[in-house]
Amino acid sequence: MSGKWNMIVDVGRCNNCASCTLAVMDEHAGNDFPGYAAPQPGSGAAWIQISRKTRGEGEHIDVAYMPAMCNHCDNPPCAEDAGGAVVKRDDGIVLIDPVRARGRRDIVAKCPYGAINWNEELQLPQIWIFDAHLLDAGWPFPRCQHVCPTGAYRAIKVSDVEMQALARQQGLEVLRPELGTAPRVYYRNLHRVMKRFIAGTVHAVRHGIRDCLQGCAVSLQREGVEVARAISDCFGDFRLDGLPDETLLYELVLEHGGQQVRVPVESDVAGKSLGAIALAIPHPDDNVSM
Amino acid sequence: MVSRLILRVILYSFTQVLRLAAWRHASLAAFMRRRDCIAQLQLRDGSIGRHYIVRAGTIRARAGLHSRPDVTISFRDVPTALSFLVPPVDQAEVVHAAKTFRVVVDGPDPLVVWFMQLLNMIQTAGLRTGRRLRDGTTRYTTNTNGGPLFVYVRAGRIIRTTPIDLDRTDAPSWSLQARGRRFSPRRQATVSPHALTLRSLVDSDRRLLYPMKRVDFDPNGERHVQRRGVSGYVRISWEEALQIVSSEIKRMKREHGPGAMALYPSSHHQWGNVGYYLSAMLRFGNLLGFTRVHPNPDSWEGWYWGAMHHFGNSLRVGIPGPYGVAEDCLKNCELIVYWSSDPEKTSGAYAGSEGTERRRWTQELGIPSVHIDPFFNATAQLLGGKWIAPRPGTDAALAAAIMYVWVREDLYDKEYVRTRTTGFEQWRDYLLGKDDGTPKTPEWQEPETGVSAATVRALARLWGTRRTHLAAGGAGLGGAGRSATGAQWARSMILLLAMQGWGKPGVNSGGVQSGTPLDFSFYFPGYADGGISGELNWTSSAVLNYTRMPHLLTLNPVKQLVPRQRFPEAIIEGRCEGYAWDGISLEAQFAPFAYPMPGYSKIHMLYRYGGSSFGTLARSGRLIEAYRHPSLEFVVNQSIWREGEAEFADIILPACTQLERWDIGEWAGAGGYAHDAQAQLNHRLIVMQHKCIEPRGESRSDYQIFLDILSRLGLGAVFSEGCSELDWCKRVFDSSDLPKRISWQKFLEKGYYVVPPAESEALHAPPYLRWYAEGRKKDVPEPHPLPSQYAEEFGLGLQTPSGKIEFVPETLRRNCPDSTERPPLNRYLPSWEGPHTSELVARYPLQLISTHSRYSFHTYSDGKNAFLNAIPEHRVRIGGYCYWVININPGDARARNIRQHDLVRVFNERASVICAADVTPAVRAGVLKGFESSAEVDFIDTRSGLVDRGGCLNLLTPDRRMIQGTEGVAGNSCLVEIEPWDEAASRSALARERA
Repeated sequence: MSGKWNMIVDVGRCNNCASCTLAVMDEHAGNDFPGYAAPQPGSGAAWIQISRKTRGEGEHIDVAYMPAMCNHCDNPPCAEDAGGAVVKRDDGIVLIDPVRARGRRDIVAKCPYGAINWNEELQLPQIWIFDAHLLDAGWPFPRCQHVCPTGAYRAIKVSDVEMQALARQQGLEVLRPELGTAPRVYYRNLHRVMKRFIAGTVHAVRHGIRDCLQGCAVSLQREGVEVARAISDCFGDFRLDGLPDETLLYELVLEHGGQQVRVPVESDVAGKSLGAIALAIPHPDDNVSM
Repeated sequence: MVSRLILRVILYSFTQVLRLAAWRHASLAAFMRRRDCIAQLQLRDGSIGRHYIVRAGTIRARAGLHSRPDVTISFRDVPTALSFLVPPVDQAEVVHAAKTFRVVVDGPDPLVVWFMQLLNMIQTAGLRTGRRLRDGTTRYTTNTNGGPLFVYVRAGRIIRTTPIDLDRTDAPSWSLQARGRRFSPRRQATVSPHALTLRSLVDSDRRLLYPMKRVDFDPNGERHVQRRGVSGYVRISWEEALQIVSSEIKRMKREHGPGAMALYPSSHHQWGNVGYYLSAMLRFGNLLGFTRVHPNPDSWEGWYWGAMHHFGNSLRVGIPGPYGVAEDCLKNCELIVYWSSDPEKTSGAYAGSEGTERRRWTQELGIPSVHIDPFFNATAQLLGGKWIAPRPGTDAALAAAIMYVWVREDLYDKEYVRTRTTGFEQWRDYLLGKDDGTPKTPEWQEPETGVSAATVRALARLWGTRRTHLAAGGAGLGGAGRSATGAQWARSMILLLAMQGWGKPGVNSGGVQSGTPLDFSFYFPGYADGGISGELNWTSSAVLNYTRMPHLLTLNPVKQLVPRQRFPEAIIEGRCEGYAWDGISLEAQFAPFAYPMPGYSKIHMLYRYGGSSFGTLARSGRLIEAYRHPSLEFVVNQSIWREGEAEFADIILPACTQLERWDIGEWAGAGGYAHDAQAQLNHRLIVMQHKCIEPRGESRSDYQIFLDILSRLGLGAVFSEGCSELDWCKRVFDSSDLPKRISWQKFLEKGYYVVPPAESEALHAPPYLRWYAEGRKKDVPEPHPLPSQYAEEFGLGLQTPSGKIEFVPETLRRNCPDSTERPPLNRYLPSWEGPHTSELVARYPLQLISTHSRYSFHTYSDGKNAFLNAIPEHRVRIGGYCYWVININPGDARARNIRQHDLVRVFNERASVICAADVTPAVRAGVLKGFESSAEVDFIDTRSGLVDRGGCLNLLTPDRRMIQGTEGVAGNSCLVEIEPWDEAASRSALARERA
């Protein structure tokens, strides 16, 4: 089959069951695959590592997981001055030669993603090899995909042109594109790791009783221009996600029943929770029950 | 006369058959070489007989009787002999002949068993097991607590394990139509994370490889019981180990009498119908007589001691049944409320990751979810939805306020309540405060639960206007049920369901974790069906297994019991009381029992089997004193790994893992209290658990160890019935519906069978309680209530005295009308260890919840330097040591100067446990959250006293009963404090003080 291997990882689907990490250990710990990879240490660094991103606090929390592994870059920094110890295969997969790379601790530091593990016992830099040994033997996908219960992994073998089109179409992103490493691992829903949100709860106060206010229009504005918009749900909750990963000053405009409340808000953390905002706006059209 | 001739011919040709088999099969030849023996087959009157002389692996035979045969099998008459010797052999006839003494076997036990197993091997030796692959590996199969696996082996080494992908020859998958979409599951038997660690567990450097004796234990002299848990071990031979253990068993009988030996298993440390604790171990115990260490329903608690009284289901320990629930949810439900429910973490139980795909379907269908849990759990993290985080133990107040809103705003099913329930008026008056002057308003619950009144009102209105599935616990169960208020919580769940018309379309208990359209009429026994135990009282063998698989029944003549949670007291104080976990009825739990029981010996020997229980027993530090008590004269521990508790034994017997022996089992086939637990699966898989590799070191299978001990008491033949483990697998196979669908040969080779799903929608099991909601007779396939337990007419109504859901249960009114801890009216009573116990809160201000673990299955697969040590949400490696994880809210951490992955001491008056802090707002303020069931226990002496750095949070939990008059544990009502921990400083300070 022509084409090159790419991996698409959906951050929105990963629930951190770690089956991928464990399957890689099951495959490699104590197992030698000459020409591909020497044994992985039975305990220690995982070749697929899941990092947790928590945004927000209290009721306005989001927890997402990003599996990270060798990106199998098309311009692999680890290959520079590697003297042939790092191999870029025609199908896009990067291998660190388990013989020629012996003693080459310098290779570990070259990866800007920290995806290369140092095997102390074997004095060897090691990576997740995309299960190249299995793909070469006819497996349709690597083991991480096979064991993933949520379908967070999808390995596809397509031409670079097709992959670029797919990435554009589906909004896939790579990690740190500015480095020009050209990773072959793409992510979906990366905003849950890379972007910020502002969230809160709208309450209506009627006759001294607080109730969650559904249907309140929430507009997030920056310098008078709306950048995001939401409607509060039956719990009065709203979340404006996908904001730039930097501290910015916004104005939140809540509108309901002809009443307007403006709240200045700063996106100083990944998930900014405003807690409960009370609107004292008795109105005949208020319908808080649904 | 013809039959006499046939018998002579068979006896004559028998030699040739055995020779041929030995010539063809090296394994049989090797087995034959193990012993020299003169075996004789004869009629009792001696009129026909032939003896066989096996020497150095060769066999010759002579007609007539030998003067001194080693082994004699004598048949009463010719028909009996032929029934044994002419295939097909009817196992029922064989067992019956043995029971009625029509066949008698005589000779030294090891020789008898060897000879009988040799005869069986003629049938099995040539069978191909596992599938040979082109790359030189053999693909075997096995089954685990977290799903079945292919096991790839080359040259005696396990190369890899993978989930099983169904192939084209396997049965098709079910599909169902819901809201215009057709859903059909992925064709894979998905697994839990811990299943994928099996290889590392088999090869763990913590394996027990040789029998061992504590260095200062002398069975004939000073035993130094005070040194248990301290002293080291010396390797001994199996011969010596078996000699000591069997001698001690005999000595117990002789010197103390029945009951002197207690047999204490742990649950779930392996999988299979033959080698399981409810199977081979019970058979072993019954043949010796033992004091039963009786478990409490420690995952169910609140359901059994509470919820059950409202609606029945004692056989399910008080949780609702599974049938049709997932299907109903996908088709009809408009809201799923997950309450103390994290199926993404627990996968229900045993069910791999099967529910995950269905939960994603609910997401795709746009069914919203609400998650009520002090922890923003894995299910909430995956699905999103509203997170409501009550303080631990206050859930029942939240529930009451929801029901208050329903009453005030007319948001409940009045018709259902009127016709399908009793006692609602009394409950309604309680909610409205007519009863105690306190209306249970959302504002009332707010200071108690910490959940805003507005949120509660919004939830009540949403729930009251939508067809809602209440997923309480993962597949039942739930951590809220294991607290001081656990019964109140579980009872509330039933009342919430009742007010919304439980059983009507879209209104049910469960969500999608359970209740797929599988075929439950296909019979294969679950593990709780007793396997080969022959135990009819303490397993559900009698229901189906015992009649389907003829085998010798066994019986423990010792009636004395010790409740598991009171085992330390039984030893230390010499007495204790308990209440039984017994699913036979709603009332069985009210009868107390006491230890010691008149007529029986107190316990002087402990036979400990399976994994460590420091991680699973409340305030488990009590075990140390028990182990060192002088009355406990002998302790033997039969385990696979060194996990911390094995080191309290005098003799350690090394068992092998299930990959090193034969077994057979169905995925998630629990049976018994979890009848049809396979309803959680997308495909039913019955799995041959191949012996994939040889036992490591000198370890032996549990079955073989039991057999070796019993053979020293002349009980080997009775125990084994002449069968090897593989022979027993065949008998289990034959007892099931499998032979109608697949041959034994094919099953052994392929390794599994997929049971086809229900053929048509008409054959889908109907949704649970639909029959009840519609006033019809029960129409789901579960064998309870018992016929006597229907109020009016067989099949009509529920197990309660009224046959209806009872808001104020009659069984509580009758049996504990004045209980202040479990009043018939489910009043909210604050926890006896919680926010209201202010004197305790002043010292230990944080509530610790220790939930079922996510990455391990209880202690199974934790620790032991296995793969799970690489998962930072499970254990964190700090300074080369893998510490248990404790979640703490950022605010609580800041106040104590605790940062991410700092070592911390979690402590109260009961114990100190060293953990690694995981600082996260996913746990609500004021709460610490960790997993129960650390397999490791590792006590070190420090300035703070004995601290455990293995991670056994159950050292900290209270051993007080949830409710007086029950045996429920309440591990999630546990106040603690936490502080940064500097181990080196603490140790050196201690050294300085001592110097």
